[in-house]
Amino acid sequence: MSDKFDQMLDCSGLNCPMPILKTKKAVDGMQVGQVLKMIATDPGSVPDMNAWTTRTGHELLSHEQDGDKYIFFVKKAK
Amino acid sequence: MTENTASRMAIIAAHGTMDAAYAPLILATTAAALEMEVGIFFTFFGLELLKKGKIDHLQVAPIANPAMPMPVPNIIGMLPGMTAMATMMMKNMMKKDNVSKLSELLEAAIEMKVRLIACQMTMGVMGVKREDLIDECEIGGAATFVEYASHNAITLAF
Repeated sequence: MSDKFDQMLDCSGLNCPMPILKTKKAVDGMQVGQVLKMIATDPGSVPDMNAWTTRTGHELLSHEQDGDKYIFFVKKAK
Repeated sequence: MTENTASRMAIIAAHGTMDAAYAPLILATTAAALEMEVGIFFTFFGLELLKKGKIDHLQVAPIANPAMPMPVPNIIGMLPGMTAMATMMMKNMMKKDNVSKLSELLEAAIEMKVRLIACQMTMGVMGVKREDLIDECEIGGAATFVEYASHNAITLAF
């Protein structure tokens, strides 16, 4: 999986619902097809990002865990 | 998405304690992030959340709140200063866990176009004037809320 991204959003230290709110704001400001890399420390962000991408139709390309950080790659689909 | 899922969330916020303020604001902002239309109807003590400058000064009282962990019998909560102490304890717990402040959630709600509706009737009953409330809210009655909630909305009350 390529690690290329167009924008980075660091939500470390932020708790629910802020990672999702900030992700939405960031993705809204991006172009279709661009990729956002989002980092969060809130473990709830894993199911939340799944729910968010399912609902909004944007694509969750991948997510991985690196220590206490959760890293998501989201592609703006529309 | 082709399934017939709700596209709207309608919330009634009727309580003005700090803990009761979190649920409507967190759910509203999350629903807005999930691209739903959201409206919150503030009534009775929920009006406190809309009063200018009040959102970060709501309190939580330990008395008659047996769910709140206290090292002393619940009745001790009646003593002067106990409410302020319980409020401070809870605020510190929130801060330690990096939970957003209520003002941040309210700002996010406004930014995401969540409709904030103040109940006309309880404003009258509790003597709350339009200028006491933040500019971003609108005033409505029960029919406003029911009509809003009638459009395939997830409806919640806190």
